[in-house]
Amino acid sequence: MNLTLKIWRQKNANDKGKMVDYPISDISPDMSFLEMLDVLNEQLINKGEEPVAFDHDCREGICGMCSLYINGEAHGPDRGVTTCQLHMRMFKDGDTIYIEPFRAAAFPVIKDLVVDRSAFDRIQHAGGFISVNTSGNTIDANAIPVNKHDADDAFAAATCIGCGACVASCKNSSAMLFVGAKVSQFALLPQGQVEATDRVLNMVKQMDEEGFGNCTNTGACEVECPKGISLENIARMNREYLKASLKG
Amino acid sequence: MSGILNSSIGRKFAMALSALFLMIFLLQHFVINFSSVISADAFNNMSHFMGTNWLIQYVMQPVLILGVIFHFVMGFVLEIKNKKARNISYAKNNGGANSSWMSRNMIYSGLFILIFLVIHFIDFWIPEINTKYIQGDMSGLLPNGEYRYYEELVHKFAPIWRVALYCLGFVFLSLHLLHGFMSAFQSVGANNKYTQGLKGFGKAYAIIIPLGFIVIALFHHFNH
Ligand code: HEM
Ligand code: SF4
Ligand code: FES
Repeated sequence: MNLTLKIWRQKNANDKGKMVDYPISDISPDMSFLEMLDVLNEQLINKGEEPVAFDHDCREGICGMCSLYINGEAHGPDRGVTTCQLHMRMFKDGDTIYIEPFRAAAFPVIKDLVVDRSAFDRIQHAGGFISVNTSGNTIDANAIPVNKHDADDAFAAATCIGCGACVASCKNSSAMLFVGAKVSQFALLPQGQVEATDRVLNMVKQMDEEGFGNCTNTGACEVECPKGISLENIARMNREYLKASLKG
Repeated sequence: MSGILNSSIGRKFAMALSALFLMIFLLQHFVINFSSVISADAFNNMSHFMGTNWLIQYVMQPVLILGVIFHFVMGFVLEIKNKKARNISYAKNNGGANSSWMSRNMIYSGLFILIFLVIHFIDFWIPEINTKYIQGDMSGLLPNGEYRYYEELVHKFAPIWRVALYCLGFVFLSLHLLHGFMSAFQSVGANNKYTQGLKGFGKAYAIIIPLGFIVIALFHHFNH
């Protein structure tokens, strides 16, 4: 396939940045999107130009490191996949492909397509944990009975890989799907009850301080989330938050 | 409870409560207005009751006005905050791939509703306040001894420009509610086994009520 890539280039956090066109040819439809970018970078390096910086790690859809806003959608046009799982067969010969970084004030660009998603880490630090004794006398998690429905929902919420596609897709740059998932995975389990009140209050507070927007329930996040995290998690977070505010 | 309006979820919750209140009010307003299509007497009696009952006039009316003001002011505040949360916009954004047009344009449908409401207040509310509380005429009667409400309503819908404007206002209200109805429930944390059923009800509400108001306006325009 022959393609025209329009890629966001930005030297560093202070650079203004701009879209730059790169024609690329002989791309196999079986390549992953990141492999296609590898080919581009090889060509750029051979020409003595600066390669395009982009994030990736596992390249199998589990780490959440790859990002990219491709043709106006986070992780591109396919559903339920990360960019590393996106294949070039989703595009047609002759296509023009826009490749931009995830955009949010809370996700500043570091270079080219690489953004700083440490705001998510700080939200996790604020409450995305439980206190368990790990010093030699750990208790088998299976010793506490958990309702099957709750266990399934908690597990589904826990599949969130923290990629940030929800923020990138949301017209408000809201992080509520991510935070909703992280609150839910504990709120649904007995182990999460001890810190339940503080958890949701602190995580939401941190989320607000990071400058993410307010959810307006457009549902874009749920559609674009590579892990199919459900909006029910946002509703659950809202309930947990209200409950906690009345208590705290 | 302190400072709940300072948090994103608290604001959303308050927004949803004001919206739910407005939707209940809208239903009540619709029922009374629709009676004008069926029976002038019924409409006159209900209007007179609503217009002179102290609980409605001195408690519910101020609550409603504050509710509307809160709703649109908070709507603007949230919109500004949300715009700020993305300082550089995308060169290419395919919003239609993952969300409805209505959900992405609540501020524009809302803005049009606000324009409509201003006109609606000038048309009906201000004359009503003037007659009752400035002129002091609480009788609700015309010089000929009949109730004035139905007459006034019919008179208002004579000019075609006003009918057209009202119809357009209700089209935007419908668009606003097609997203807003379910959104309000999600905001207050109600997403459960009833959600699918409620979705259908919400769609019906968002279409039937505004359409009903359009029918009322057209009926009085063409029937007199
Ligand atoms: C006066 C002009 C109005 C403006 C400027 C306005 C603006 C807005 C905005 C910007 C939103 C989205 C906010 C958000 O989701 O965070 C919204 C939501 C909503 N509005 Fe309005 N609106 C107006 C009138 C109305 C009226 C008259 C009704 C109903 C009769 C209504 C019902 C709703 C509902 C149900 C929602 C969803 C609430 C939620 O998501 O929690 N609005 N409005
Ligand atoms: S909720 Fe989905 S889109 Fe958002 S960070 Fe988690 S996996 Fe990524
Ligand atoms: S690189 Fe790990 S999810 Fe894509």
